[in-house]
Amino acid sequence: MEFKLFKEELKVVNIGLASFGENLKNENTKVVSLKWAPPALGDQKLFSLVKKYKRLSEIEYKG
Amino acid sequence: MNMKEANKKAVEIILKGQPTLVGIGKALDVIPGMKEDIFLHAGPPITWERMSGPLKGAIIGGLIYEGKATNQAEAEKIAESNGIKFAPCHHHDTVGPMAGVVTPSMPVFIMENKTFGNKSYCTLNEGLGKVLRYGAFSDEVIDRLKWMEKTLAPVLKEGLKIYGGEMNIKNLIAQALLMGDEGHNRNKGGTSLFIREIAPSLIRSSFDRESVAKVIEFIHSNDHFFLNLTMPAAKCIIQAAEGIKGCSILTTMARNGTDFGIRVSSMPDKWFVGKAQDVDGLYFPGYSLKDANPDIGDSVITETAGFGGFAMAAAPAIVQFVGGTPKDAIRMTLEMYEICEGENDTFKIPALNFKGSPTGIDLAKIIETGILPSINTGIAHKDPGIGQVGAGLVKPPRNCFEEAFEEFVNSMEKELSNE
Repeated sequence: MEFKLFKEELKVVNIGLASFGENLKNENTKVVSLKWAPPALGDQKLFSLVKKYKRLSEIEYKG
Repeated sequence: MNMKEANKKAVEIILKGQPTLVGIGKALDVIPGMKEDIFLHAGPPITWERMSGPLKGAIIGGLIYEGKATNQAEAEKIAESNGIKFAPCHHHDTVGPMAGVVTPSMPVFIMENKTFGNKSYCTLNEGLGKVLRYGAFSDEVIDRLKWMEKTLAPVLKEGLKIYGGEMNIKNLIAQALLMGDEGHNRNKGGTSLFIREIAPSLIRSSFDRESVAKVIEFIHSNDHFFLNLTMPAAKCIIQAAEGIKGCSILTTMARNGTDFGIRVSSMPDKWFVGKAQDVDGLYFPGYSLKDANPDIGDSVITETAGFGGFAMAAAPAIVQFVGGTPKDAIRMTLEMYEICEGENDTFKIPALNFKGSPTGIDLAKIIETGILPSINTGIAHKDPGIGQVGAGLVKPPRNCFEEAFEEFVNSMEKELSNE
């Protein structure tokens, strides 16, 4: 079985923590890090409000 | 209707807005609710005691300009003893750059949204450096304000009448964005277009040639002259979208140098405030961050209406002035699409293949993504009487958005449960 992937130059998109791509960068591999953050920056209270907002935003009312 | 549709409705209203310059008048005569003893200021409400240096400086200068005081000490005594009342420009359909101080005798532009009939107001721009809106109040500042009242405003007023009585400012902003402006910190294109439009009418006015020449020279020497037209244009565009039930689009962002405040369409009279932030920028020779006042001014109304810092990608020439690179400008604009409900159908960005600028800032998207609006701004000295010391980029405080979102969601939950 031939693993072509490991014979070509790797083009890596890192999704998630930037540190995931650091090892590859240290090995001189090009890494593009996707700018990412958890919803509401991981704040539980705000995330609950976002969920509530999404539920409310479907409800019809008199404008 | 539902809350998603409420946001779409707000953006439709914003896009339909037709800001048109319809006149120049005296603040006392034309601004709703203006009185002899009221001074307007930028940002959310604030007391004299909590005012920052440049705002205090502009109030002192305003009192001297109005003839209520002859020097700083007299002016401070009047301000401290409640001799005048302070009110946000935004409570009077007005916007003011930097300190944003509007006093009863000042001439103001009158802007009308021709689609919806609402009006907004803004003073005439004084130029850069030692000027009242940056907190300076020396004799040269007061003399210039008097010349603006006695010569600049009357010449422009008559010129506008001869021009046909009204000028479509939305068209000029759209053209200016194609000329490297973003309508907040770069207004060279817009100022040039304004001169081209108005100059023949000024020459045909009843004023002597020297006065007309000085007016044209003054506008020509001040690249920011057009800012005081983009701001009321933005204000009357966004005003029409205030008070839509269930709508989470921001209708105000403003700073008074101490606090940064926002208002949301569905809660039009409620301010949510946080601490005004330090500006990351470039300073004039001899000045640094330690001299700078935190973020100040109503000029962030341009970002609120879908241009200014949100259209930074249109203005590569200005990014160095505010401490960035053209790549930063494009990144900044692209990021703002993440927190906006729509794209502008008139304000287009050449560098983004004529994509419309991000328009209609959605509070819910700010909270969900964690991305704060990007603002570019001038920097005032922290002490009264000095003026501008630089320009830069700034992010607003996060807490005012979080508090607004919590109240918005909880109040809508209550309202919808009663439906």
